[in-house]
Amino acid sequence: MAREASVSEVLLDARGIAKSFGGVQALRDVSLTIGRGEIYGLIGPNGAGKTTFFNVLTGLYSADSGEVQFDGARLDIGLPHLVTRQGIARTFQNIRLFANMSALENVMVGRHLRSHASVIGAVLRNRATRREEADIVDRAHRLLRYVGVDARANDLARHLSYGDQRRLEIARALATEPKLLALDEPAAGMNATETASLRQLVESIRADGVTVLLIEHDVKLVMGLCDRVAVLDYGEKIAEDVPDRVQRDPKVVEAYLGGALA
Amino acid sequence: MTTLEGKRRDPRVALAGTLLLAVALALAPFAVGAGAGIAWVRVIDFALLYIMLALGLNIVVGFAGLLDLGYIAFYAVGAYLYALLSSPHLAGAFPSLAPGLHWPIWAILPLGALVAGAFGVILGAPTLRLRGDYLAIVTLGFGEIIRIFMNNLNRPVNLTNGPQGITQIDPIGIGGVSFGRTLDVFGIGLPSVYLYYYLFLGATLLVVFVSIRLEDSRIGRAWVAIREDEIAAKACGINTRNIKLLAFAMGASFGGVAGGLFAGFQQFVSPESFTLMESVMVLCMVVLGGMGHIPGVIFGGILLTLLPEALRYGAGPVQTALFGKVLVPPESLRMLLFGLALILVMLYRPAGLWPSAIRRREFAGAGNSPENGAGSERE
Amino acid sequence: MDTFIQQIVNGLVLGSIYALVALGYTMVYGILGLINFAHGEVVMVGALTALSIVKALSGSGLPGPVIALLGLMGAIPVCMALGFTIERVAYRPLRNAPRLAPLITAIGVSIVLQQVMMLGWGSTYLSFPALFSETPHSLMGAHINDLQIMIVCVAGATMAGLILLVQKTRIGRAMRAAAENPAMASLMGVNVDRIISFTFVVGSALAAVAGLMVSANYSIAHYSMGFMLGLKAFTAAVLGGIGNLAGAMLGGVLLGLIESLGSGYISDLTGGVLGSNYRDVFAFFVLILVLVLRPSGLMGEQVSERA
Ligand SMILES: Nc1ncnc2c1ncn2[C@@H]1O[C@H](COP(=O)(O)OP(=O)(O)O)[C@@H](O)[C@H]1O
Ligand SMILES: [Mg+2]
Repeated sequence: MAREASVSEVLLDARGIAKSFGGVQALRDVSLTIGRGEIYGLIGPNGAGKTTFFNVLTGLYSADSGEVQFDGARLDIGLPHLVTRQGIARTFQNIRLFANMSALENVMVGRHLRSHASVIGAVLRNRATRREEADIVDRAHRLLRYVGVDARANDLARHLSYGDQRRLEIARALATEPKLLALDEPAAGMNATETASLRQLVESIRADGVTVLLIEHDVKLVMGLCDRVAVLDYGEKIAEDVPDRVQRDPKVVEAYLGGALA
Repeated sequence: MTTLEGKRRDPRVALAGTLLLAVALALAPFAVGAGAGIAWVRVIDFALLYIMLALGLNIVVGFAGLLDLGYIAFYAVGAYLYALLSSPHLAGAFPSLAPGLHWPIWAILPLGALVAGAFGVILGAPTLRLRGDYLAIVTLGFGEIIRIFMNNLNRPVNLTNGPQGITQIDPIGIGGVSFGRTLDVFGIGLPSVYLYYYLFLGATLLVVFVSIRLEDSRIGRAWVAIREDEIAAKACGINTRNIKLLAFAMGASFGGVAGGLFAGFQQFVSPESFTLMESVMVLCMVVLGGMGHIPGVIFGGILLTLLPEALRYGAGPVQTALFGKVLVPPESLRMLLFGLALILVMLYRPAGLWPSAIRRREFAGAGNSPENGAGSERE
Repeated sequence: MDTFIQQIVNGLVLGSIYALVALGYTMVYGILGLINFAHGEVVMVGALTALSIVKALSGSGLPGPVIALLGLMGAIPVCMALGFTIERVAYRPLRNAPRLAPLITAIGVSIVLQQVMMLGWGSTYLSFPALFSETPHSLMGAHINDLQIMIVCVAGATMAGLILLVQKTRIGRAMRAAAENPAMASLMGVNVDRIISFTFVVGSALAAVAGLMVSANYSIAHYSMGFMLGLKAFTAAVLGGIGNLAGAMLGGVLLGLIESLGSGYISDLTGGVLGSNYRDVFAFFVLILVLVLRPSGLMGEQVSERA
């Protein structure tokens, strides 16, 4: 099949992921493959298990079974900071910023794992630390500009508008230098203009070499933006294909109660 | 956040201010000694010790958002370590050690920081995976347990001398100069409490310096990030467990150093100095001053050291004048005020009396932007 | 062997008191996800209130059990009012604040309560009059007196009552619904605020009962008695699985047994190196062990945070 990209191009390969909460089987045997440089969409009705898949992938929940190969190595699912180190960064469905830190500081936190100063380095602030700090500030500013919230760099994150908060979260995730950026409903609550500029942002992120995994409710956005789309329903993957074909898949249409996709 | 405040200042003004402050700090004991009596210099010495403690606790509570209710235990660890390593006491239990150990201060203080820090890690490790309240309870318990051990470790080997405490501790001495007696400098007699003032001031400035540097580093940002949203912090690649343990160890080590200084200053330690109420008092300093804001915490330390002293001198007479007798003894009044302060500050001024500029702006009414609560979702 | 049975008996008595207090922690935790730090102080207030009533009546010629009952009837409403007030003043305004905030106000409340009670009742240890015949009955070689029998029976009856309340009444169902999912419960017409108040009030009533029992058991009451008791009862709640009512009861009894047996045998076990003055240490080590090995407790659910 065309979608089975050749091995060298596969960035993420999730096999047989299952996860249940008490009686709720949130994910059953979900497998999917994301190619390097793709924008890959993950859609499905509310409660289908999309966020749970993210949480497993990024180590916040441990999976009941299954494993993930990422960039040629086994992913340490279960340890979020290691997952991030391996190159997966994410945003959250209900924005999770550091509310009482400035926008700039939020992005600077994203540099944590790509910087090294120890307690001693921090206290003595030797040349290496100073250089590192300058680099952190510099990159953070550039990222803020990249996502378009540089004007609010010194404002507390909680005082940013909703759209800016979503963008700030993306900037913070990018600061970790991910190979794969996972966005959980980034357009939720945005108006049409904001959605359009978000779309541009995602496209330029991909153009800069970062693969994007996108959960989205806005079907139009997904269909226009994604190279391939997987559909989850009741924790099961019921389709995975290019947007056009997914859209016409009867199972998918049914999952959305026929019509939402039309 | 210090950077934000710093940038707005004119460098010349800042320099002049720093010089003025330096002169004021250098002359403080003389001014206070002449104006209010030498007893108040002693109070100021204690204020400095408490500032160190408050800054240590501030790392844990203020930066990392971990409530430690047994913080004074680390102070106790530092103090008893000094007492054991610099007094005749151990010779009693181990005659081969006669005439006791008399280690120099430069060896004891770093060791005290290390040992207290290790205790911090041991204590924090089992709870840090769990929710914050557990840490609060465990530290609360630990504070009491340490006291039980101090009270009872006089048997079978007399380590702590039980409730009587350890006496005859060596005064701190540096380079042959003992801080325990008046020192003659060019004909000016510097009483012991003055000498300790300068020593403690130096130590406090060091602790302030370390606090500021840490706050303004990737480690400080990681602490605050954990406080603000632990899950997001993990997703940013922060190893939250290690970073929290680091906060615990750093905070504890400040306490250990302050404890060592305290033991040398008092030349006496007993379990009574390390009660839960002391932990609460230090917590009060942090909360009242402004959690996470270094100047606020220093202010809280000074305020809450001076206030009880003022109460001690003032509350009795005032009550007698008003009611004809002392209704509330000063000690109770102090605790009552602390308790009320904790409640009222949390309810009405959660950022403390002296919050950082960035938080103050927010209190002044940042109604210009929608508060859709970044990170305010709680589960 | 006699001492062993004796320690078991003592442990059961102590454990039923811990269980009552632990229930207060666990109920509040179940519904608010919050450790009510001031709960130990409510027990103390109950004890001192009961003590005053009992002392006032002890010369009246009324039989001991009646006096105890009257003491209880005085202490219960006082504690209920206190629990209600604490929730209103210190917790409710902070329900959406960062987690640190209600913990700190709770500490504040504890201190204020201790100091106020100290001003009223003094700082010395107060002796609690003996209300029951002290002639011990012998039970399999151990001694048990009327008071101890009463403690176990009353604690058992109180807990049975609580279970009935939670399982069989309307408000009990509402409590369970609110503990399960507050948002959902309020959608279904449950007044969650009222349920929370009610939970505090019930927990405080149990605390009053425990307060009378513990001071009668040790014949002593003191303004600072709530602290250690609270810590131990909390440990019991964690041991059983915090949020779980049956767990709190089990945890309380277990902890009572551990403490009793531990302090009874520690001297023998350590060759006299450590004595029963370390009795307060056991609870702490149990707490640490549970948190390390099985943080969800014996009967509880996951306590880690939801992403
Ligand atoms: N931490 C959790 N505990 C219990 N159930 C959960 C948890 N997280 C998700 N679920 C359940 O798993 C299912 C999938 O949820 P989710 O992944 O959030 O769906 P989606 O993001 O597709 O809307 C839902 O039934 C939800 O209630
Ligand atoms: Mg979702």
